[in-house]
Amino acid sequence: MEGGIFQYEFIIKGLLGAIFASITAGLAGTYIVSRRMVFLSGGITHASFGGIGIGYFAGINPVVCAAVFSILSALGIEYLSVRQKIREDSAIGILWAFGMAIGIIFIYLTPGYTPNLMSYLFGSILTVTYGDIIALGVMSVLLILYFSIFYRTILYISYDEQFARTYSPYVNVFKYITTALIALTIVLNIRMAGVVLVISLLTIPPNIAMIFTRVYFKIVIWSVAAGFIGTAAGYAISYYAGIPVGATIIFTLVIIWIIAKAVKEVINIIRVRNK
Amino acid sequence: MSVCLLEMKSLSVSYGNNVALQDAELKVFDNDFIGVIGPNGGGKTTLLKVILGLVKPVKGKIVFDQELQGSNKIGYLPQISTGDNSFPVTVKDVILSGLMIRKGLITMMSIQDRKKAGQVIEELGLAELADSSLSELSGGQLQRVFLGRAVIGDPRLLLLDEPGNFVDTNFENDFYEKLRVLNRRMAIMMVSHDVGTISAHIKSFACVNRHLHYHPSSEITNEQLLAYGCPIQLITHGEVPHTVLRKH
Repeated sequence: MEGGIFQYEFIIKGLLGAIFASITAGLAGTYIVSRRMVFLSGGITHASFGGIGIGYFAGINPVVCAAVFSILSALGIEYLSVRQKIREDSAIGILWAFGMAIGIIFIYLTPGYTPNLMSYLFGSILTVTYGDIIALGVMSVLLILYFSIFYRTILYISYDEQFARTYSPYVNVFKYITTALIALTIVLNIRMAGVVLVISLLTIPPNIAMIFTRVYFKIVIWSVAAGFIGTAAGYAISYYAGIPVGATIIFTLVIIWIIAKAVKEVINIIRVRNK
Repeated sequence: MSVCLLEMKSLSVSYGNNVALQDAELKVFDNDFIGVIGPNGGGKTTLLKVILGLVKPVKGKIVFDQELQGSNKIGYLPQISTGDNSFPVTVKDVILSGLMIRKGLITMMSIQDRKKAGQVIEELGLAELADSSLSELSGGQLQRVFLGRAVIGDPRLLLLDEPGNFVDTNFENDFYEKLRVLNRRMAIMMVSHDVGTISAHIKSFACVNRHLHYHPSSEITNEQLLAYGCPIQLITHGEVPHTVLRKH
């Protein structure tokens, strides 16, 4: 009976987690891949580990601390690169390691055992709480609303920022808001895939989608679908094989990407032959 | 009767200590087709940017006619490099983006907008490419897309920044012919660093090399060639259409 309840809870958490992770990662991922912000997002992710360390040390929820940390570092990078006081990739490189260093120092200073530390680094379904799932669910709704209401504004700013400035004084405001939402998305997904792997959860699905389409909203839809299949299958495999969930999800997604590439090649060959 | 769309009054622009434009005076009328010429770094693009409000003058001002105020009354065709052409965006979407200023922050395109986009796409010979993404287009096709984006809002003034840069030769004549037709309903200011091949449809010239010299009609090019700061000789053979601007 107890095993049954455990299994039921696992399936619910896994399923909801997969749905919300794929929605948030699909929307945010399409944006960062299209805008070539993958490295920036990697920097934000790792910088947020500083927040996790401080959270442990101060006895505050590490996810909340990481969220604050990542949003501040994201806005900091955007601000510095807009002002062009420092090269953007250098700023990212510094922040990336600095955040990790703060995290390591504070975790080291935290007296006693630091529970679930590994789950933050590599992701774990066993430590995901209903609170985490609800937060991801709220984030999904928020992102869907944001991207559908401001679809064209975001699309046009992303495509041609300078032209957008000729008609809108709000270009920077939108960039900051979107980057903050991306940072938040990344932090909430850290619970699923871990600091080390979460960036792949955002980048692989849009790259699978872009094998088949180059239209922005179609990329989003296919990313969410590919992300869901990869995450759900990753969960199931990790559960039955007893291996870490984050790594399994990324592995599954890469396999899907390879299969998609192969399918596309086959389609191309058939097309050429039929011509 | 022609309407003065904008008037620059002793306008100066600088980037840090670098003076890009000094005491520029210019009037643009609604049926003008002005060629903006001058050496690289002489302030041609700055002139367009200050009209668009992308850079602020340090001195002087521009007075806009009512027709240019408020909504999308200036169309702008930038140099190719401003957008990321591998970004997943379709031809139709890019052309529709020319309507953005009329929209608020929540931007839905109406059926009318889409119809208008359809017309522009048809007019520019892009019908088959409407749903293609930009990464699939050639330089000349991209140029047409950007022209579409600049004119979909029916601007009163069209600003072109070195359009010759990436027009393929097949399309070049066609492109200038389209500009001539557009000139019937809007004023055009076209930046070009390529004096030799500037369009024959241009009615007047503005030479920009920190200072602005306006030549009200198509006269000669000798003096304005001196603005390039190096000896240039135009060598022609037989009957080549040419224009010589008055000395300034």
